[in-house]
Amino acid sequence: MNTSRREVLKAGGGMTVMALAAGAGLLRPEQAFAQVAWNKTAFDTKSFADTVKALGGASASENQGVRFASPTPDIAENGALVPVTVTSSIPNTESIAILVDKNPNTLAANFTILPGMDPFISTRVKMGQTSDVYALVKADGRYYYAKKEIKVTIGGCGG
Amino acid sequence: MADPMRIRAQIAGDKVEVRVLMSHEMETGQRRDNNGNIVPAWFIQNVTVNHGGRTVMSAQWGPAVAKNPFVHFRFSGGKVGERVSVTWTDNRGDKRTDEAAIIAG
Repeated sequence: MNTSRREVLKAGGGMTVMALAAGAGLLRPEQAFAQVAWNKTAFDTKSFADTVKALGGASASENQGVRFASPTPDIAENGALVPVTVTSSIPNTESIAILVDKNPNTLAANFTILPGMDPFISTRVKMGQTSDVYALVKADGRYYYAKKEIKVTIGGCGG
Repeated sequence: MADPMRIRAQIAGDKVEVRVLMSHEMETGQRRDNNGNIVPAWFIQNVTVNHGGRTVMSAQWGPAVAKNPFVHFRFSGGKVGERVSVTWTDNRGDKRTDEAAIIAG
């Protein structure tokens, strides 16, 4: 594939280019360093508010642009395998995170929405018990969320 | 070394639908074995998907992602026959990369 310099800059491929581009302010930091250190602080948090703070936000507001889509269940028979799908129609969505309020640690996964990627993600998480599940979207540096209770019949954090 | 990932990258309209199934225990670190000892956490922390020299998807995961993780996303700019490669790194430093060609819708 013939990748021009401009595309490389835009996509942030290659560490040197990424560092230069970040230094020049061409890339948002989370894009430039998407593959660097795992955010231990965020994954250690035990509440929605603390996760938002650990991800760099002051607060988050509920927004209808963030949605749970099929196949996110109302009732999960098996907490070890709960499908969660999130879409965002908020312009400039930068990341989508999935949080499970009553899990031992709140944050389950955080996906960076890169240029060219749809603001859509579908995965499967574990839930120890019935809990509110949050979809947390970062867009233009602000945080927005949707909340949904998923009932769990058999918990997913035991054997 | 973990088993290969199953990757399906298929054209849908002007997008590429990517579905990945990884083989990994995703041990939470909360569970006890039969002797009452905590089973240490062992889980994928970083996932990146590359196409044509650019990263099209990037994620950080905690141990609450389900065993044998599944992820579905879509991106634009891919053509039939081009390759999509998926790499994960876990908290033990193990790493695995697999790739697949984009197929027609």
